[in-house]
Amino acid sequence: MAGKNLSLITKGFFKENPTFVLVLGMCPTLATTTSAINGLEMGLATLFVLVLSNIVISLISPVVPDKVHIPAYIVVIATFVTVLQLVMQAYTPGAYKTLGLFIPLIVVNCIILGRAEAFACKHGWWESALDGIGIGLGFTATLTVIGIVREILGSGSVFGWKFISGDGILAFVMAPGAFMVLGYLLVLFNKIAKK
Amino acid sequence: MAAKSNITGMALCLFLVCLVCGGVLGAVYTVTKQPIEDAAAAEALAAISEVLPEGGEISSVQQAGGMEYYTSTSGDEVKAYAVKSTAGGFGGPITIMVGVLPDGSIWNTRVLSHSETPGLGAKCTTDEAFISQWKGYNGSFTVKKDGGDVDAITASTITSRAYAKALAQASALVHSLEGADADAASGASVKKEEE
Repeated sequence: MAGKNLSLITKGFFKENPTFVLVLGMCPTLATTTSAINGLEMGLATLFVLVLSNIVISLISPVVPDKVHIPAYIVVIATFVTVLQLVMQAYTPGAYKTLGLFIPLIVVNCIILGRAEAFACKHGWWESALDGIGIGLGFTATLTVIGIVREILGSGSVFGWKFISGDGILAFVMAPGAFMVLGYLLVLFNKIAKK
Repeated sequence: MAAKSNITGMALCLFLVCLVCGGVLGAVYTVTKQPIEDAAAAEALAAISEVLPEGGEISSVQQAGGMEYYTSTSGDEVKAYAVKSTAGGFGGPITIMVGVLPDGSIWNTRVLSHSETPGLGAKCTTDEAFISQWKGYNGSFTVKKDGGDVDAITASTITSRAYAKALAQASALVHSLEGADADAASGASVKKEEE
């Protein structure tokens, strides 16, 4: 049982890594990873919504008629996103300001509805919570890695700690750099994973 | 309760989901309302006190010429104004809190919000040479490229123009509030006509 629980969590990092293997949730991945800290915050925000929505959806799915399960799940997810938004606005206004628009967009993040449909509605709440933690942590780790790479190349710093004077390669802070870094990391990840 | 896919079952299910979610949101909103207001007020106050000379009592928000402003008074004398001024930049509106002395000269500035390009226009919040030139500034509010005396940020003339315009508006507002003589105001008003 313990091994199964552990594998539910670790699969989010490797076997079912949401970014590199499932290739879901590309919008926040590309947009918010301009620096390591932004990637980390976005990942944690998604983790929060993912775990709670997975738990609630696994609990309500037996009583929700099939034809309306998507609207019901969307309402649940949107509720948690709005809760997160209000709480962040109140207690971490700085983080809320940098992530801004991308917090409400968590509602349409395919990872969350994807996990609800593929996992939470067929499993118990405990397994669904672990699944949410695993996938959420995998997403957080991935976003942070992309953020670190982009911050090093684009600004010459890591987590805000600057190690070069002057500017980095500007393109990596902007959208083209996001695609490039994501592409190369995806290749690298899959090459290592195949071995 | 079994999942029924008839109209009544579906409607009832969605109704209950929405009812519970609405209740949760209402509760969270009530709890976070005060902290959100406090955070916003603290941020505004921090911006205001940063752009004004130290000491002096900061008034509550006032309106004039379509802009919000605050005054800093000691005794009955108005020592400085903090004007919230907005101008269209390269990526969208730039909102700046501008500290203006009664003679229309700039005391200090701070960008409240902007959507300029990272690494280019966004430097208007970090470029020391650009920001420090405003302290005590009272000139034409025109960038050198347009024949004025403002050093623009490299490769970000449009952002610099918008910045100067926002400051010119703030300065002009203070002139009209102070009812200053036409000569001193000419710099700002000429600039406005050029736009």
